[in-house]
Amino acid sequence: MQYYFNVENLSINFGGVKAVNNISFAVEKNMIFSIIGPNGSGKTTIFNMISGIYKPNSGKILFEGRDIVGLRPDKIARVGIARTFQNIQLFGNAAVVSNLMLGRHIHMHTGVFSAAFMWGRKSAVAKEERDHTRKVEKIIDFLELQKFRDHLVSSLSYGKRKLVELGRALALEPKILLLDEPSAGMNTEEKEDIRIWIKDIQEELGVTILLIEHDMNMVMGISDRIFVMNQGVKIIEGTAVEVQNHPEVIKAYLGDRRK
Amino acid sequence: MEMKREYYEDIQYFKKKWVMVVAAVFILLLFTIPIYFTGYSLFILNLIMVYVIVAVGLNILVGYTGQISIGHAGFFAVGAYAMILLMTLLHMPFILALVLSGFISAFFGFLLGLPSLRVKGPYLAIVTLGFGMTIMHIIGQANLFGGRLGLQAPPLDVGVTQLGLSWVLTTDVQKFYLILIITIIMVVAARNIMKTRIGRAFVAIRDDDIAAEVNGVDLLIYKTLSFAISAFYAGVGGGLFSFVLSFVEPFQFNVLLSIIFLVMIIVGGLGSIVGSIVGAVLITFLQYSLLKNVRELPVLGDWLVAISQKWFTVIGLENFNSMILGIIIALIIIFEPKGINGIWLRFKKYCLTWPFK
Repeated sequence: MQYYFNVENLSINFGGVKAVNNISFAVEKNMIFSIIGPNGSGKTTIFNMISGIYKPNSGKILFEGRDIVGLRPDKIARVGIARTFQNIQLFGNAAVVSNLMLGRHIHMHTGVFSAAFMWGRKSAVAKEERDHTRKVEKIIDFLELQKFRDHLVSSLSYGKRKLVELGRALALEPKILLLDEPSAGMNTEEKEDIRIWIKDIQEELGVTILLIEHDMNMVMGISDRIFVMNQGVKIIEGTAVEVQNHPEVIKAYLGDRRK
Repeated sequence: MEMKREYYEDIQYFKKKWVMVVAAVFILLLFTIPIYFTGYSLFILNLIMVYVIVAVGLNILVGYTGQISIGHAGFFAVGAYAMILLMTLLHMPFILALVLSGFISAFFGFLLGLPSLRVKGPYLAIVTLGFGMTIMHIIGQANLFGGRLGLQAPPLDVGVTQLGLSWVLTTDVQKFYLILIITIIMVVAARNIMKTRIGRAFVAIRDDDIAAEVNGVDLLIYKTLSFAISAFYAGVGGGLFSFVLSFVEPFQFNVLLSIIFLVMIIVGGLGSIVGSIVGAVLITFLQYSLLKNVRELPVLGDWLVAISQKWFTVIGLENFNSMILGIIIALIIIFEPKGINGIWLRFKKYCLTWPFK
């Protein structure tokens, strides 16, 4: 069966280390698909290959039937795949609203000359800015960032920056959203909020979500499918219940009992 | 906290009526400058405006996009020589020649932008340095460019001679108004580009190029575009420069000039249009006017003259000029890394939050 988003036999080596080894999975449209595993098991590397930052040594990444391996990151963004980063990669010296506006980049058209000679509120450039600011403002409302709209990102707390990054990815209006540890560094209350928002993004915006997360409560609570990997290889894929009881998973997380 | 009423305010020129009035008065004052300044001072002012254009352009590249260029004197030279050659050899009208020299320079900028995709930081600095030196040496050797003797600028005819319209500007006052108008257009255009989509892409590349790329910013296009825009500004600046001085020769465009351009924007404030303007004004003023009247100072004047005659080279007082300039630059960078713009931002914040701290 042809799935919405397929990863087939994906492998990458870093100087002989098989960081990701022959990984395959399929994601259906509008699903929350979680990838879990101990630190260093290659989860973020998979995201980096999907978003075009790394080029896999072999394998395919099929999105809507099209192989996106080898496309540059900006082309992959245009295909409709947005992401957040594990260690927050925002534009620190710009305001929250500008960070989100950058997420609108691919949907805007202003060129050098039209911008340079923009004059007054009726100009096409001013109109485009206004229209897209309006869309960004909705995301700011959705993530409850109104208070920080004009603050510099570098002045925000870690948890708020995570939200801004999520907002920037949403501003791109992606079909697939890659979230790399969205709740890291957040307190319980914030974690609860982000869990609800991720669910909303899936249900209301109809976005397909790939999630890397260490908070097991969250993973088990919202995932439709869970993919477990360790040291670059797949352990098991299944629903929350199937995964939780699998001996290999327990071994990967807690170690071997008989050792 | 300022209240925003509509989204247009984010890119509006003047958010409040009184700011608009202040700006209008300021621009009117600019147009009255030739009443107060004449002769050499006016010549320096013309030079300052040319450097303002270059500094604004360089800040787009260095301050906004986070790339480095120690070769901007090269673009400046390309603009200056292109201007003279287009007008003398091809008899182009002034405005067309000026825009075209900007574009020729921008083309070189595009070419120099290509290596910026692979090399970063200090390595890019060396590539651009090499570019600047190459340009200087090529124009110093080729007959077309007048070799070491340089080229004489043609009469500054702002009309279109082909249509029988001729208006030759000869005095510094006339040149002042021409350059002032062009400078204002260039500065406003830079501000507009930086406030909208392309400016945001540049800032994104500066702050995190991987995140920028993942959000759909094509690094190939935007890095080369930043180089091209920056070089366009330097080219237009160069074109006007050739008329301010009336003649150009290769060694005006040495590496030191590139460094001075960088100093302007660092002292003024990286990533700030106003900062580039203030930096260009300040540094050019210090360079050309700092010690001009030092001889007339009561005791210190004679003293400095005596020292410079006894201990320094024949150019005398000028030695002090560059030394004091260097010390001022060092002090500004040490005490205010964000440049003059940083001082302004702190002042603004202080006023907005007064009397609270």
